[in-house]
Amino acid sequence: MKLVVAIIKPFKLEEVKEALSEVGIEGMTVTEVKGFGRQKGHTEIYRGSEYTVDFLPKVKIEIAVQDEAVSQAAEAIVKAAKTGKIGDGKVFVLPLEEAIRIRTDERGETAL
Amino acid sequence: MKKLLSKLTGPLLFALVAMALFSATPVMADEEAGPVDEYLELVEASGAEYAPAFDFFTVSMLWTVIAAALVFIMHLGFATLEAGLTQAKNTVNILFKNVWIISIGLITYAVLGFNTHYPGAWQIENWVGIGGMIGDLNADGGDTWGYGGLSLAMTAYGDFIFQAMFAATAATIVSGAVAERVKLSSFMIYSTILVAFGYTIAGSWHWGGGWLANLGGGDAAFYDFAGSTVVHGFGGAAALAAVMILGPRKGKYQKDGTIKPILGHSMPLAAVGVFLLFFGWFGFNGGSVLSANPGPLGLVFTTTALAAAAGGIASILVSWAVLKKPDLSMALNGLLAGLVSITAGADSVSVLSSIIMGAIGGALVVFSIIFFDKIKIDDPVGAISVHGVVGIWGTVAVGIFGGANIMSQIIGVIGVYLFAFIFSFVVFSIIKAIMGVRVSEEEEFEGLDIAEHGQEAYSYGSNT
Repeated sequence: MKLVVAIIKPFKLEEVKEALSEVGIEGMTVTEVKGFGRQKGHTEIYRGSEYTVDFLPKVKIEIAVQDEAVSQAAEAIVKAAKTGKIGDGKVFVLPLEEAIRIRTDERGETAL
Repeated sequence: MKKLLSKLTGPLLFALVAMALFSATPVMADEEAGPVDEYLELVEASGAEYAPAFDFFTVSMLWTVIAAALVFIMHLGFATLEAGLTQAKNTVNILFKNVWIISIGLITYAVLGFNTHYPGAWQIENWVGIGGMIGDLNADGGDTWGYGGLSLAMTAYGDFIFQAMFAATAATIVSGAVAERVKLSSFMIYSTILVAFGYTIAGSWHWGGGWLANLGGGDAAFYDFAGSTVVHGFGGAAALAAVMILGPRKGKYQKDGTIKPILGHSMPLAAVGVFLLFFGWFGFNGGSVLSANPGPLGLVFTTTALAAAAGGIASILVSWAVLKKPDLSMALNGLLAGLVSITAGADSVSVLSSIIMGAIGGALVVFSIIFFDKIKIDDPVGAISVHGVVGIWGTVAVGIFGGANIMSQIIGVIGVYLFAFIFSFVVFSIIKAIMGVRVSEEEEFEGLDIAEHGQEAYSYGSNT
């Protein structure tokens, strides 16, 4: 099992969700985050004083998938989230040791 | 029985008045002049011949209490404006201070404020006349036109409640400037003393018939129609003293000289607050006509609205030019600056003058806000600039545009501002020595809502 973590631009969320649905992935967890990579922030001004905002709003998607489904899922995310402009985000794949369905106590791949 | 009598009184008086108005025969004039006839003479002398005298008094009183309610709405405005321009972690604290101020303001005004503001007897003639609690103000003709005549066409209670609403606005001006780091209990004590004594003594010099009203033997009296100086200026000067003692919020002014802005957490709340203040100002200025006299009333509503509008436009243009981007909070402050600019002279300047006065106030406030930040006076809502600095302009402007004596205006400004500053400085310093006036650094970072109140303003997500 793997945990696929993707950081994407917020307005791409719907598209990514639908793309994942098309490859059979229906469950996910979404968090609103801030971050930056090589994308520069911007300058704002408040009551006469300037300040820079480096952290930009992004969305983090986490999905737990079977090993066989990882490359499909990652490809779907990349294709749906890409705009070609700087700040598109990243996808990470982490090993997932255990998964448990709380309602039924199922463990392992059946819990995904 | 009482109800029947009171129902009959109106029509009866109306009939009497109508008879008197329409009879011009010498026979009538020979009769002994009763109170209605005296009042009619007053009405004619004022040029208000159109209205039966009794109706004028009733309508004026009605307008007065409505205006009092409108001024009350300004507290909604202050609460939301201050909350909007400060951080979410201090919102409970801001709102709490605003609840305290309106409550203690009204109570102290009843207990001693009204009679100190308008002294029956002076301890120090024309300077200090601390009075006692209001009694039954309807007694002794206090509920008739005899109380104030045509120029104060309201009952004594109407006078009281209208002025009571003003009193608390002076203290609330300070609450915005000291926000996010003042200690709650210290502020509660300070604001009580400020409203009970500071505001009332300063106001007595002018509205209470003290030395400012007697300048030049009364011919060159200080002129402050609705309180650019005695309300707004007083609050602004007091706020400056408090902020100087309190110090800025941690992290605002960096060691290398740069200013790190502390962002307000809700621009919608701030905007709603300013519009509520604008709304309430119609009562603040409109009610200061002290009657429903249509001529002045219409003029005051017009000059008030136009000055506000001019202030908003001026602030928008100036802040856009100076800061390269149109700043909402500056635009909002501009509306308020326009209103403060016209408050001293709303009834005595022309339409064009009111626009110019408001515009200059709106431009001034932008520079003032930037200036105070430069000299490290931290004022989260711009209260010192909007009320203190623009209050000076509004007051002096009546000497330029409205025919008041310019020297008297300047003297009045200096007198009241100095008093407010020193009074605030002394009281706040004493409180600081006894119990401190500032929360600890940890409390400031944690947020006053948790630190002082153990509550959060926004509990998003459910806990059931």
